Amino acid sequence: MDIPRRQFDTLIIGAGGGGLRAALQLSQADARVAVVSKVFPTRSHTVAAQGGVNAALANVRPDNWHWHMFDTVKGSDYLGDQDAIEYMCRAAPKAVYELEHFGVPFSRLEDGRIYQRQFGGQSMNFGGEQAARTCAAADRTGHAILQSLYQQNIRAKTHFFDEYFAIDLLNHQDGSFLGALVLNIATGEKLVIEAKTTLLATGGAGQIFRNNTNALINTGDGMAMALRAGVPLQDMEFFQFHPTGIAGKGMLLSEGARGEGGYLINCDGERFMERYAPQAKDLASRDVVSRAITTEVREGRGCGPDKDHVLLTLEHIDSAVVRKRLPAIRDLALTFANVDICDAPVPVFPTAHYTMGGIPTNRFGEVVAPIEHGPEENVPGLYAAGECACVSVHGGNRLGGNSLLDIIVFGRAAGNQIIEFLGENRYHKPLQDDRIEPALQRLERWNNRGEGESVAALRKELTKTMEEHCGVFRTEEVLGEGVSKVHALQQRMPDARIRDHSQVFNTARIEALELENLMDVAMATIMSAHKRQESRGAHSRSDFPERDDVHWLRHSLYHKASNTVDYKPVRMKPLTVDTFPPKPRTY
Amino acid sequence: MQFSIYRYNPDTDEQPRMQTFELADGELDREVMLLDALLALKTQDETLSFRRSCGEGVCGSDGMNVNGTNRLACITPLFSLKSPVVINPMPGLPVIRDLVVDMEQFYHQYRAVKPYLINNDPEPEVEYLQSPGERDRLDGLYECILCGCCSTSCPSFWWNPDKFLGPAALLQSWRFLADSRDQATDERLAGLDGPFRLFRCHTIMNCVEVCPKGLNPTRAIGRIKELMVKRSV
Repeated sequence: MDIPRRQFDTLIIGAGGGGLRAALQLSQADARVAVVSKVFPTRSHTVAAQGGVNAALANVRPDNWHWHMFDTVKGSDYLGDQDAIEYMCRAAPKAVYELEHFGVPFSRLEDGRIYQRQFGGQSMNFGGEQAARTCAAADRTGHAILQSLYQQNIRAKTHFFDEYFAIDLLNHQDGSFLGALVLNIATGEKLVIEAKTTLLATGGAGQIFRNNTNALINTGDGMAMALRAGVPLQDMEFFQFHPTGIAGKGMLLSEGARGEGGYLINCDGERFMERYAPQAKDLASRDVVSRAITTEVREGRGCGPDKDHVLLTLEHIDSAVVRKRLPAIRDLALTFANVDICDAPVPVFPTAHYTMGGIPTNRFGEVVAPIEHGPEENVPGLYAAGECACVSVHGGNRLGGNSLLDIIVFGRAAGNQIIEFLGENRYHKPLQDDRIEPALQRLERWNNRGEGESVAALRKELTKTMEEHCGVFRTEEVLGEGVSKVHALQQRMPDARIRDHSQVFNTARIEALELENLMDVAMATIMSAHKRQESRGAHSRSDFPERDDVHWLRHSLYHKASNTVDYKPVRMKPLTVDTFPPKPRTY
Repeated sequence: MQFSIYRYNPDTDEQPRMQTFELADGELDREVMLLDALLALKTQDETLSFRRSCGEGVCGSDGMNVNGTNRLACITPLFSLKSPVVINPMPGLPVIRDLVVDMEQFYHQYRAVKPYLINNDPEPEVEYLQSPGERDRLDGLYECILCGCCSTSCPSFWWNPDKFLGPAALLQSWRFLADSRDQATDERLAGLDGPFRLFRCHTIMNCVEVCPKGLNPTRAIGRIKELMVKRSV
């Protein structure tokens, strides 16, 4: 086999905030790190995060990590693992200060400390008054963090493979992971990157839905690679619909808009969230607000000629504050909705946004799966962090401001865990040529010529199916039909063909490989949703409207080979404090 | 609507050529962006290659030259453009294929300005303090998305892409010089000395005109020059 090989201590797939934070930790510890990304690092989707990152700094109002932990557990609808949540909330202040030291241009308070805004699902004193916990760089926090992390990696001389696409993971007969086969997009050349450890940090899979807030690159590549390598995906039925995507378009308008005082109204001009969440109102958790909007529209109180959306209004806020704190979403609304949020309300509707589920890991970023001894055995050499992973800190519903926190805390934790592994494992395990064969075939299958279905058409059908069958409100019948449809689409994949067989920057081939990933992740999502007969967090079953802790306080695990879902317990025991037992969840 | 798009694939083409495409009027609604049109054209001919990702002007992937001006396709309203829409790769950089340019030269100059915070004090346990006024100086600087629209519209960069840092990199340089937390002012200014790196800017201001984020690299370059003068007297 004449594919060139290169050896590194660690291969990181994905150069968003999670991958870059881990890379920095490793480079600073003198590990040899290869970061593979299908786009130039600063184009990763972390760039689009707007509102901020949660940490109990108490710069604006009293706060502590334990209140943050309570909000996160409650926000997760008690499906989050409490050990991981405690770890994240405790680590948050330090992680944010580190970012500030890396150069992130956070907005500031008069006394020079980091500005913090109100965000949904936040409280002081375990469910009391609204907290202000979200550290913000205006409404471009993700951009600011991603730029600073990339810049620090330049300083640390991390090795980047920009515009390389990961085809599949490579492993040893003994089950340990040894790197990946990657494709240089610009030249079409294949490369085997051998690594003692591999970290997946490939982000979410919002592109399984037709209307979404995500970048076109968010195709669940790492999740699908894990599935094909025999690792299950956890809690995939929990997909977050963000309440305020621009209606019909999908661009995200940050929760920061409501955090700064904006609110939602229906066609009667009623501030309807007061009915659904009397205390938190517009700053209830995202699943609650998204259901409320959907219900308003279904019951005929939507706005516009088709009564198909509601309005987000900020006109009552001093326009100087809007310009200062929300400049980017003002731009977005101007560009995509022709509305100046200082003068008029914006049409919004819940839009597919965030993959709460993903590759199961523990709080050290190690991938865990049922192998022989119980459901949480380490998969040797394989790590995951960020949206592609499921630690699980978000459980059934993620709080705004916790995703940027997730990537920096667990990117860092995974980096540290890998450093420890490298100290004990000094040499590469041999990677035999035949172990590369399946990955090669996955790539070369697209060299087949002739007539066949188009990738674009299949993708369109898939995303439409997911939108119609796996949306905000779900039922047995609609989901079951959706599973059959996705299955039928999967059956058609072998007949798909591309017409571009060039080696040079062949984006048609990349899109074909991405479609395969989308198919696998969509099936994991809708299968898991079909099986879960209760309503919890973002998974809302009209036929099972209540949360059922007796039968369903457990994590789903979807396996690709058998196309089945099994379950494992939630880790209810925190590290040092008492468990937050499940309670009715009201806002 | 008609499109005339630059096509070149080194695998199969000896010469670049312009290819005509057409989209029926009913195919796209009035509010779409140029990127939506390109995605629709790609379903007609999937060999058409271009970069794209976020679709909302924040990732900086889809810089291209549209009717003679560098812009981001995803935030350019299609019906604001004159038909036929003439689309070329961003000028001055080697073309990899179609609208995809090799940006290595551009990234090299970005890295050359040490685009990271340098502060040699012992790290505090909390944040470095920075007043709102000091923080305001970073507005209009930190927002750069490295799309390359500015540097590839700059004649000085076209002529000396290896020696002149270009507007994007210089904007970044000023972003750190202007940061109250950064302590490497002397080192940064020394790195900009000489006839080319900074001083090839002839204030043509194409960069200001094309920046999709409304930033002003020419002003940043002016500030660097002022600071240099101030430090030398």
